[in-house]
Amino acid sequence: MDLSYGEEHEHFRQEVRDFLEKHREVAPPPWMGGIVAFKDEKVLSWQKLLVEHGYAARTIPREYGGFGAEPDPLKTVMIDEEFTRANVSRGIGGQGPDMLVPTLLEHGSEEQKRKWVAPTIRGGVVWCQGYSEPEAGSDLASLQTSAVEDGDEFVVNGHKIWTTTAQLSDMMFTLVRTDPKAKKHAGISYLLIPMDAPGIEVRPLYTMTEGAEFNEVFLTDVRVPKSNLVGRLGEGWKIGNTTLKHERNMLGSASQSTASLQRLIELMRQEKVNGSPVIADPVFRDRLTKLQARVLAMQYHSLRLLTHTLRGEWPGVAVMIVKLIGCQLNHDLARLAIDALGELGTLYKGSKHERDGGRWQFQYMLSLGLIIGGGTAQIQKNIIAERGLGLPREPKPASGGER
Amino acid sequence: MDFGLSDEQKLLQDTIRRYLEEKVPTTRVREIMQTETAHDPQVWQGLAELGITGLLIPEEHGGSGLGVLDAALAAEILAWGAAPVPFLGATVMAPSALLQAGTPSQQSEWLPRIATGETCFGCAATETFGLRGEAGVRVEGGRLYGQSLFAIDAGAADLFLVAAGPTDLALVPRSASGLAVELLRTVDRTRRVGELAFDGVEPAEWVGGPGGAGAAVERMLDAGRAVLASDTLGSCDRAIQMSVEYAMQRRQFGRVIGSFQAVKHMCSEMVAEIEPARSLAWYAAYAMDALPDEAATAVALAKSHLSDVGTDVVRTATEVHGGIGFTEEFDLQLWFKRVELNRQLLGGPELLRERAARLQGWEAA
Repeated sequence: MDLSYGEEHEHFRQEVRDFLEKHREVAPPPWMGGIVAFKDEKVLSWQKLLVEHGYAARTIPREYGGFGAEPDPLKTVMIDEEFTRANVSRGIGGQGPDMLVPTLLEHGSEEQKRKWVAPTIRGGVVWCQGYSEPEAGSDLASLQTSAVEDGDEFVVNGHKIWTTTAQLSDMMFTLVRTDPKAKKHAGISYLLIPMDAPGIEVRPLYTMTEGAEFNEVFLTDVRVPKSNLVGRLGEGWKIGNTTLKHERNMLGSASQSTASLQRLIELMRQEKVNGSPVIADPVFRDRLTKLQARVLAMQYHSLRLLTHTLRGEWPGVAVMIVKLIGCQLNHDLARLAIDALGELGTLYKGSKHERDGGRWQFQYMLSLGLIIGGGTAQIQKNIIAERGLGLPREPKPASGGER
Repeated sequence: MDFGLSDEQKLLQDTIRRYLEEKVPTTRVREIMQTETAHDPQVWQGLAELGITGLLIPEEHGGSGLGVLDAALAAEILAWGAAPVPFLGATVMAPSALLQAGTPSQQSEWLPRIATGETCFGCAATETFGLRGEAGVRVEGGRLYGQSLFAIDAGAADLFLVAAGPTDLALVPRSASGLAVELLRTVDRTRRVGELAFDGVEPAEWVGGPGGAGAAVERMLDAGRAVLASDTLGSCDRAIQMSVEYAMQRRQFGRVIGSFQAVKHMCSEMVAEIEPARSLAWYAAYAMDALPDEAATAVALAKSHLSDVGTDVVRTATEVHGGIGFTEEFDLQLWFKRVELNRQLLGGPELLRERAARLQGWEAA
């Protein structure tokens, strides 16, 4: 164990700090850690600057529009740490850059990589994920959206749901059923669908936050060129799981919890009740310290996982717990912030007396959505138990509608 | 940057694990824990031969000159085996204090004897952080009066380090005139704590001279806390391992119970809580060796967090086992009780969280 970073890396850290010092004025607000990409001029030019300096798309090869650095997970972590500490936007993230791009780099054809990676990491093409369906939630592999071959095209019909940012997206990466006769998992393919294709209708899905973070997407005889198939027919389940793995790591990221904790400490220092700061109250202080230990545990845990990567070892069960624990932690951080604010904590969306722009209520609700989304907590526990601990799968019912 | 164990550290853990499996299986643990002192000099000597007693002792004094992290890793495995050994006081807390504040002659007198396992120190400092009732040690005319509760490793100790004030650490032989040692019966029978009563006891020495212990008491306590956090970690590892094995083998309703989601999820929850906690425990122990500014806070947070996770894990493990887990005959209860004692020793979760808050200047905000 050695947590010093060495001269080369400390020099690199200084470079990142200098960059942030020099350019932070032109950065867009770090709203939601940049999970959603808007085609806002400020966001796009910031993203361009980040890619040029290697603070975004760092290890993506130059021929696909990235910075083309040798993979150095330590530097990636340092960038993350310094941006979090400075509370500056990490640029464009989310489904396109964080989930589709790694999937394409692993499974896409040369042509697909050249066509999609560069505009995605620059924010020119925004993606949404078309996985879940009304009848295929946790049991994702029972999805029914069909893609039928017709000449050089697929004709797609179906109904996707929980599609984040579909209303802003240019493209959707989708799991579709291409072989209804094959076994459940084997009949699925991975298809890239243009959102402006005729036959697509996007309807916003308003959530308890009063925002429409999600949508429903209806597909009626949508024609998609065959060149948009990623991998081979019937490989969709395997490829889709690559994407999900990246999603889980994104959702459970420790740096978001760390940033949230910093802000919570500040809030509890500043916010006074009956004339003294909330942090001076022993009960609230105890809750804060309890959460601090959990946040630090996840922060050091990410260093431990990083070390496994650096050593080329498979971390096993240690990595499977990240989404489950990280999302719950974000929810609990927001809970304490709201309680620390008392009645003020209930104010929302621009109300008089509102604190921190009502973000804690929003985080409290949204983080519950993320405990459910991206594979529910219960599905995560199944994964940990079955793939991590080797416990047997639930036996299939003797009869029923199983494919 | 490397946040992981070295090959040497893995070897250290494997060596201890093999020794315990071979020489101190739980059948032997149960025999030793029934004795008055819960101490078997033969077992202790065996560990000394493996170099375990000298982990923290510098090489010039006959030890291996390793750090608190290595001691914590050793504690993980000792706990995994429910080992009835005075590791905490004799091997971790006493050398930490002597290294911090002992005079050169004290160091050369005592450290080699700790390294060989020939001398076992117990440590009495509860009253410096968690005074109960009428307890408390005071110094009058150079002699000790009063009592100290929950002296660590009081069963095996032939000498005690006694905190008589923030900068006074007395070295008192068990046989000192005016000292009465009474062992207390806690739920955990694998280790002994005791009550020391002082009636005009003249210390053999003061660590660093009278009033010269400086930060040694704090250092001794924090090293002990870091190691207790890891003791709980190792206990949890064993409880989880037993639970998963049992869930794979026990059949009800015609299938192994590990195929039921209710059972599966209990196992997942235990693992999901313990893995980040492992990272925190390692970090805190490492901080004791390498990050002096952060160490005290990290240790307080780690021990309180491991205590909370620990009690949840051993309780859940018991539920996974059902009725058998509740019996005396089945070994799981050894770890249930070990975690319980660890949780309170050297400060419970609330006390340590308040310490962490104070160290960060939060209470005066």
